[in-house]
Formats: sequence, structure tokens, C-alpha cells
Amino acid sequence: MNEAWVPYFLPFAIAAALVFTSGLYCILLSRNLIRILIGIELLTKAVTLLLVLAGAVTGRTEIMQALVITLIVIEVVVITVAAGIVIGAYRQNGSVDAKALTDLKG
Amino acid sequence: MSAADVYANYALIGLLVVAALWTVLTPTLLRSAIGLAVVSALLTLVMFQMNSPLAGVFELSVCAGLITVVFISTISLTRPPREEGAAERRQARKQAFLPLIGVVAAVGALLWATGYALDVKLPRSTYQPVREVLWNSRQLDLLGQIIIIFVGVFGVVILFKRRRDRTVRSAKEQAP
Repeated sequence: MNEAWVPYFLPFAIAAALVFTSGLYCILLSRNLIRILIGIELLTKAVTLLLVLAGAVTGRTEIMQALVITLIVIEVVVITVAAGIVIGAYRQNGSVDAKALTDLKG
Repeated sequence: MSAADVYANYALIGLLVVAALWTVLTPTLLRSAIGLAVVSALLTLVMFQMNSPLAGVFELSVCAGLITVVFISTISLTRPPREEGAAERRQARKQAFLPLIGVVAAVGALLWATGYALDVKLPRSTYQPVREVLWNSRQLDLLGQIIIIFVGVFGVVILFKRRRDRTVRSAKEQAP
């Protein structure tokens, strides 16, 4: 346990919760597909912050850095594929509105 | 941990939350993408403060760099055609950011004058354990990363390949 970082745990965890909530707000209340992707990115940022905080508090930064690198790789692939889907949806429907994606509606 | 480090940590985390809220609440998509890049850059500074420099470098180069480029490309590719007079308004908006350069220069001069600098340490010994963990203990993670990268590449290729085929087919159908 790294004693120097223990007092920071609560403020940083609250900040991570605020970032997570703002991302969730962005996803739930927006109909723009790009803005939904930005919300997903904010969720990932909050998780990254919590992982780094956990590494600093427990003193095992090397394992957490390895996990964060894996998380970043997954994040960039997800965003790239999702951006391709958004561009395809725009070319198909002429809009990036999530409500316009009704092709699979039964 | 010095008093300057304590203030820097609280300032960084406060700025991170403010940048995240600005990213969500700003009405323009381009500003949201830039706000996300700012969040990534601030998170990088937090990582450096928390003795995680390698993750910080990844965060800065991939998230603040590559993902911002992906977002800006997506926004520009899905933007509707501009109306008349947009270029003049855009030129006027560019000049509105000129005071920002002065503010950044003033903050930099103030930090330089007070002798304050972020105490960023890059211990060489930190990298070796990360390499050992990544290559020895977390080999399954690496395998997963490779699979995910391939899936992503093939996904993007297939998405755009179908689009091109459909374009060629529709062009042939329209031809007399």
C-alpha cells in the first residue's frame, strides 16, 4: 500500500464517478451517434482513471499500466469500428440520428 | 509529496472533471471532440503524477492523438453541406481565439517566473517491470490485443468494401 496516495483515493474516485456520470448522461440523452461515441469514450476515461488510481494506491503500478495499455488498445479498435459504422449509417440514411436507424425494425 | 504536488493533483483532477462536463454540454460536435482530447491530455498528466509514465504516453499518443483524428474525420465526413456565408463566419470565429494565445503565454510566464514545474519523473526502472508483466505475466492480454486489432482492421475493411461494391453496382445500374 502506498500511503502517499491513500488520501487521494476518495477525491479521485468521486472525480471518476463524475466523469462516468457525464459519459452516461451523454449516451442516454443524445440521439447523435457521434456524441454517443464520445460518451463511451468518457466512460472509458473514468475506468482508466480508476485503474491508475488503484495502481498508485496499492503500489502495483506495473500491472495497472499493462492493464491500461490493453484497455487503450481495445478502446481505439472499438471507436474506429464504431466510427466506420457511423459513416456507413450516414451514407445509408443521410443522418447520424440514432432514431433514423430503423432498417432492422420488425 | 510536496505541497506543490498536492495542489497540482487537485487542480488536475478538477480540470479533468470540468473538461469532461464541457465535452458533454458543448453544443458543437467539433468542440466535444476537442474537449475529449483535453480530457485525455489531463488524464496523461494525472498518470505521470501517479508514477505510470508508460500508460501516460499511450494515453497521450493514442487517445489524445489517434482517436481525436478519428472523431474529427467522422465529423467532417458526416457533416451536411455548408450554407452560404459560413466561410466568413468561420474566419471571424478564428480571430475570437486570439486572446487565448495571450492567456496561455501569460500562464506559462507566470509558472516560469515562480519557478514551478510539474515534478514529472521518468524512472528508467519503471519500464522494465511493465515489460516483464506485459510479456511474461499477461501474455493472454497480448493475444487478446492482437486478435482485437485484427478484428478491427477486418471490420473497417469490410465496412468500406461493401460500400464500394454498392456504389459500383448502382453506377452500373444507372448507366444506359
